[in-house]
Order: sequence, then C-alpha cells, then structure tokens
Amino acid sequence: MAKRKGLPKMLRALSAAAIAAIAVAGVALAAGAAHHPEDHPFSFDSPVGNYDMGQVQRGFQVYQQVCAACHGMDNLAYRHLGEEGGPFAAYRVRDHETGEMTMQIGRPAHGGSFVAVTDNPWVRAIASEATITDIDPNSGQPADRPGRPSDHFRNPFPNEIAARASNGGAHPPDLSSITLARHGGADYIRSLLLGYDGEMQGTLYHNPYFPGGYIAMPPPLNPDVVLYTDGSPTTVEQYATDVTAFLQWAADPHMEQRKRTGLVVLGFLLALSALLYLAYKQVWRGESH
Amino acid sequence: MSGPSTYEPASGFTRWLDKRLPILRLAHDSFVAYPTPRNLNYWWTFGAMLSLCLVVQIVTGVVLAMHYVPHVEHAMDSVQRFRRDVPFGWLIQPMHAVGASMFFIAVYIHMFRGLYYGSYKAPREILWILGCVIYLLMVATAFLGYTLPWGQMSFWGATVITNLLGALPLVGESIKNWLMGGFAIDQPTLNRFFSLHYLLPFVIAGVTVLHVWALHEAGQNNPTGVDVKSKADTVPFTPHATMKDLFAVSLFLILFSVFVFYMPDALGHADNYIPANPLQTPPEIVPEWYLLPFYAILRAFDFNIGPIDSKLAGVLAMFAAIGILFLLPWLDTSRVRSMRYRPIARQFFLIFVVVCVVLGWCGGQNPGRILAKAGPFSATLTWVQGGQVVEAPVSASSEGGFDQAAAAVEQQLRGQGATLTAVRREGATQGVVRGVVGGAEQTRTVRGETADAVEAEITTVRAEVGAAAPFFIVERRVPPTFTVTNLSQVMTAYYFLFFLLILPILGLRETPGRVPDTIAKPVTDGKAQGAA
Ligand code: HEC
Ligand code: HEM
Repeated sequence: MAKRKGLPKMLRALSAAAIAAIAVAGVALAAGAAHHPEDHPFSFDSPVGNYDMGQVQRGFQVYQQVCAACHGMDNLAYRHLGEEGGPFAAYRVRDHETGEMTMQIGRPAHGGSFVAVTDNPWVRAIASEATITDIDPNSGQPADRPGRPSDHFRNPFPNEIAARASNGGAHPPDLSSITLARHGGADYIRSLLLGYDGEMQGTLYHNPYFPGGYIAMPPPLNPDVVLYTDGSPTTVEQYATDVTAFLQWAADPHMEQRKRTGLVVLGFLLALSALLYLAYKQVWRGESH
Repeated sequence: MSGPSTYEPASGFTRWLDKRLPILRLAHDSFVAYPTPRNLNYWWTFGAMLSLCLVVQIVTGVVLAMHYVPHVEHAMDSVQRFRRDVPFGWLIQPMHAVGASMFFIAVYIHMFRGLYYGSYKAPREILWILGCVIYLLMVATAFLGYTLPWGQMSFWGATVITNLLGALPLVGESIKNWLMGGFAIDQPTLNRFFSLHYLLPFVIAGVTVLHVWALHEAGQNNPTGVDVKSKADTVPFTPHATMKDLFAVSLFLILFSVFVFYMPDALGHADNYIPANPLQTPPEIVPEWYLLPFYAILRAFDFNIGPIDSKLAGVLAMFAAIGILFLLPWLDTSRVRSMRYRPIARQFFLIFVVVCVVLGWCGGQNPGRILAKAGPFSATLTWVQGGQVVEAPVSASSEGGFDQAAAAVEQQLRGQGATLTAVRREGATQGVVRGVVGGAEQTRTVRGETADAVEAEITTVRAEVGAAAPFFIVERRVPPTFTVTNLSQVMTAYYFLFFLLILPILGLRETPGRVPDTIAKPVTDGKAQGAA
C-alpha cells in the first residue's frame, strides 16, 4: 500500500521539478539578451492609449525631411494622412460667436464634421509637394507631375538595385510596417536611432541595438535639422521619438479604432457571459451534476 | 445511443418537410433531444469552441480571399491593402490570424481532454481517429496559410518543410517538386498553396460532420468514463448542454477578443512582415507556436540511426509523433477509461503534458544553446618568453602523410633543443614547423562561461604578452554540456515511451481506484432526479 502511494508522489515531485526547470531557463534567457531596446513610455503603449497626433505630425515632418531621402513607404498614400485616425484628419467646426465655419486638424472636443480627404487642404499641400513620375496621358511617355492625395508616398529610388547603389550596397528597408517587422517594435526603432556612438568599422557604423552591432545607415538625425513650429525641442532624442511615433501610426493606422471597438466588444461579451452564466445556472437548477 | 426519434413536427409545413427531407428531425435529434451525460465538466465545451473557430476561419478567410493576390510580388502588399483600406479589414485580417492560434489552443485542450478521460477507447475509436485526421488537416492548413503573405518566415518555413519531405526515400523528391511546382519555392508554389489553403478547411468541415456523426452514434464519454446506463444518467442536450456551451464559448470569445483588439501581432513572428527574400536566410527559422513541439522532435535527431540519416530520422519521428495518436486506442490496454480512477497513469499524463510544453519551448530555442555544463570553458596558452625561433619546412609525399612528416620534423627540432614546437600547414602537402630554443616556457589558463568568452580572454592574453612571445600554443577545453537538443531528446523519448511503453504496460499492471457503477450514482447520491 505504502509503495503504491509513494510512486504518484514521486511523479508529482518530478513534474514540479520540470516546471521549476522551465521557469529557471526562462529567467536565464531573459538575462542573456544583450542591448535590449530602451523602454520608452509612448502614448500608444497602454491598452487604452491613443496616438499623440501632434507627435505623429512632427514625426511625419522628420520622415519627409530626413528619412524619405533613403526610405520608401510604399503601403502609404498621402490620403491616409487625412483619413479619420490619421495625423492630418481635418474637421469643420462652427464658431459659436461668429457662426463662421473653420477647419482644423484633429477632432474637436464636441461637434465638428469630418472633411473628406480630397478636400483636405493640408493633405493636398503635402501631396503636391512631391514630384511623381507618371505616364503622360497624351504622349504615353513617362512624365513628372505634382502629387495627388491618392498617390502613394514617393519612393526615393526606382528599384532596389538603385537603392543599394546609392547606399554602399545596403538596402534601406521600406518603412511602411517597420515597427511590426522588428522585434521590440517602436522601442527598438527609437533605440536604434539613438544608439550611435560615433565608432565606425570601414563604412559601417557601430550601433549596439542593431543585430550584429554594425549598421550601414549613417546616423540620420542631427540637432536642429528639422524646424518644429509647435515649440517642441529640436533635439535628436525628440526627433527619434517623434519619427518612431509616426512609424508606429503608419504600421498600425487603425489602432485607435481597434482599441475603441475592443472596449465595446469586451464590455458586451462580459455582460453576455454574465447573462449566459445565470441562464446556465437556471437551466441546471435542481439537476445534480 | 440516439434511441428512437422524439421529434414531432408542429406545423403543416414542417410535417410536409419531414416526409420529404427530415432535416429538422435530424437537427432536433442531434442538438435538442440528444441525451448528454449529466456530469460533463467544462473540458467538454471545447468541441463547441472548435466548431465556432472553424466557422470564423472560413468566413473571415473567404473575405480575405476576395482581396488577396497570390503573386510573389503582390501578396504582402495585398494583405497590407486589406488591413489598411478595406472596410473592417483591420478587424477581419487579425481575426483570421489570431483565429488560427485560438483554433489550436482549443484543439490541444480538446485532445488532452480525450487523452485524460480515455475518450479514444471503445466504442469511440473511429471518433478519435476522425479527430486525428482533422488535426492533421489543421496542421496542413495552418502551414499553407502561413505561407500566403509571402513574408520571410512564410518563404523560409515553406523551404524548410518542403526540403524535409524531400528527405523521404524514393518518393520524397517527387513529392517535394510536386508541392513546389518546380525546383524551388516560387510563384507556382504560392499558387498551389493558396488553392490548397482554400480547399482544406472545407475538407475539415466534411470530416467534422463525420466526427460529430460518430460522436452521436457512440454517445459522449464523461468524466467518470462509465457508460450511460439509464435516463437518470443524462440530461437533454438542449437546454442543458447548449447553455453551458454558450457560456463557455462566450468566455472563449473574451480571450479571442483580447488578442484581436489588443495584441493582434503577439502570436506571430516579426520577420513575417519582411517581404520574402530568397537570397537572405533569416537568423532563425521558426514555425508558429502550435507547431513548435513537432519542430523540436524533428531537430532532436542530430545523429544517424544505422542507415537512416539524421534528417530522415527527424522527419519520420515528426510524422510518427502524430501517427502514434491514430494507434492510441489499441496501445492503451487499461480497461478503465477515465484517469480519474487511475492514480499512477494520471501522474504520467501530467508529466506528458509538461513534456509537450517543454518540447514547444525547445522548438523555439537555438538548438545549440547550452542549458547546463559540467564546468567552465577553458583554454591553456603555452608560450616561450625569449629564446631563439627556429623553423623547418615540412614536405610530405602525399596529403595523408602530412601528419607523419610533420611529426618527424618536430622530433628533429626537439632534438636541436627546441622546447616548444608548432606546425603550420600551408597546403595539402606543405607546411612549416616552428620551434623555440632556449627561453622560459610559460603557461596561462583562462576560463569563461561561453566559448566566445574564452576566445576573448585568449585575445587579451595574446595582446598582453605581445611580441615577447613568437607564437602561442592554445589548447581549448570544452566541458560536457547539456543543450536544448539534449533536452529535446529526453523529452522526445518520453513522448514516445508514454504511448509505446507506459500506457500499454500500466494498463495491465495498475490497480485502478473504485469506479462508480453508474454516472448518476456519485452525482445524485443514488437519489432520484427530476426537479424543474
Ligand atoms: C542616407 C540614407 C539613409 C537615411 C537618411 C536614413 N536611413 Fe535608415 N537605413 C539606411 C540604410 C542603408 C539601411 C540598411 C542598414 C543595414 O542593413 O545595415 C537603413 C536601415 C534602417 C532601419 C532598419 C534597421 C534594421 O533593424 O534592419 C530603420 C528602422 C531605419 N533605417 C530607419 C530610419 C529612419 C527613421 C530614418 C530617418 C530618421 C532613416 N532611417 C534615415 C539608410 C538611411
Ligand atoms: C475542427 C476540429 C474539431 C471540431 C470542430 C470538433 C468537434 C467536436 C465536438 C462538437 C465534440 C463534442 C463536444 C465535446 O466533447 O467537446 C467533439 C468530441 C470529441 N472530439 Fe472533437 N473536434 C475537432 C477536433 C478533434 C481532434 C483533433 C480530436 C483528437 C485527435 C478530437 C477528438 C474528439 C473526441 C475523442 C471526442 C469525444 C469526446 C467525449 O465524448 O469524451 N476532436 N468534437
């Protein structure tokens, strides 16, 4: 009898030991990873966090004026900037005193009607600054024209070979979904942009956050190269944080809508579960099980 | 088990229909009047979740397919377009991707439930085997689906798996080329993978119908494993099981929603947002989490078994790991179904669950990663400070004779008073032996936690000693290690032993606990039922 009791106990101890071993291994793994990206408290981190649209706008400015020289964002069109949930979404608001209609970026606290992207002056201005190579409708020959909101972001290079040729053989990756395409997401991108320490090896720059430690991208950010109009500091750290927020928005433009919907869906499901539980209890009342 | 039909058409139309197509009778008998054991616990609600998952995958998948472009240049962009521009694409695409993981969470619990309560035993063998067929189809479907966005992991995962199939003797190469539609993963592969990925879920749906049919023929098992003996043992499916299932499904949907709305990418791999590049192998190629245990079993075989090389052995073991499930009804010899009354088997079962989880963990690790070692890595450097360097060429008559020739030259230098000699090979048959005559021999031993740390130490010592020593002799020592591969080997051994040895033998030897006579007895204490 004692023997039969002893075996299960031993086996239970064994399973417990196995679980403990896994836990220890997990801790060891976490400790082994070097140069973990720095954890930055972005506004969109929390389950209810939204984008700081002022930051996303500044980040777009940094992308336009710095990164766009080398990186394309093929999945984005200029119109995306002005769609609901985009950094340049425009709303028409009525002034209470004068009764005048004005247009503003960002949803007002109350009221206001969304301005269709085609009528959005900010988006039209941004698009028209770009020079797009298209087929001339009359001659059928390639020709340049100013951009339209429906155009996708202008790619600095016609193809990958050209991109490599201009970048010492390295390919600047498309940034449309870059925060999703890297372990560590936004924190990684921000740390990478801030991780340069001036050391070089041949044509490569030392950056401890980049896998392998040496990256072909020259330090892209310098103080005061992008002029902010909202008084934010024009430091490398501010630029890096802003452009990262923009890239996060670009990779996940529907995040705000998704989180909002999620709240409603979860609330509904919780209430439904409670009701179903009561119904289940009611049905089984008097039935032993 | 189903007994005579109790369906009574209530209206003129249903009477008319019942004479022509008794579909309402079928539905009534299967999902309303169907008697279910009254003691089913929540582990029996996962079948309902699986049915829901299948519907969700098919519905979201059909919508995705309306926008997806199966072309190597456009596949990833078309998925992006769907997420960004199609109304509710931002919701439907994550539902499909997360849904696959949810499907597997539910199916694994469903299968472990069957394992624990002996639901595979007579008369439910066919029911179980149909389940195994469904599982196999699910694995295939998930793998095919994962290739469709044509990201880095899609491409390289497909490459690894098709290469594995190529390892099979005789037919392997043909299967591989047939699957790939050529000699490499390319456009034809994507086309046929898309076609098959659209096809298989409907095959799963068909087999599921058979699965449920078999279930209704044999009747549901229950936590005691005791057969239903009288009406007192059961309750009607509706409303009793229906309400419980709905409640459990609602909880499952909460988990589902948390992932879809708040962590849509947590279960995927970042590399699959990088477009496929056939010229650049990613640093790690890992399948989705739900296939990791099989990946670990595959990689556990890093040794040849007689004429079977390691790759083939791994492939065979991987398929055997699923194949063995088909044989389970005949491997388990116990006459008691439920492990509730099998105290020893229950412990082995719990270990088995842990083993599966550990295998999953191993599958996601670098197989060479060292988990434990018997001591530090170390190296001993020997050099001579001062002294005179002497050199002598080695020239052997054949490649194989080099070592012998070099040894002779070394011997000769030592005869000249050299205390330290080292051979440097400079070609197939040519080399130089260097030695030091006189001077003071020095040694230093360095240690480190990893081989790389030791190399760094060696470099430091060399730099320190510098030009004072003409050359060093380095002797590296690697301690006995226990790697992820070794852990996978132990776990794989248990996985197979559980089915091949433990269950067959334990079933014959174990003294089970007291099994109740009827389902109702322990539940109702023998008292009659029938309130409400
Ligand atoms: C002078 C051209 C150039 C500019 C300007 C530039 N990059 Fe890069 N970038 C590159 C190149 C080249 C690479 C590829 C590096 C490699 O593979 O070693 C790269 C790589 C990257 C990567 C990918 C790193 C990884 O993990 O693979 C990110 C993210 C990135 N750049 C972001 C930016 C941002 C943000 C900006 C603007 C602030 C920017 N880049 C400006 C040339 C540039
Ligand atoms: C698409 C996937 C599947 C669906 C939709 C499905 C559906 C169901 C349903 C609705 C039930 C009855 C409710 C329950 O017992 O939970 C059931 C029972 C069962 N399933 Fe599945 N199943 C699936 C996959 C599998 C797999 C992969 C296996 C095993 C390899 C399996 C084995 C069983 C067994 C043995 C039973 C009977 C359980 C008992 O009565 O104790 N099923 N299935």
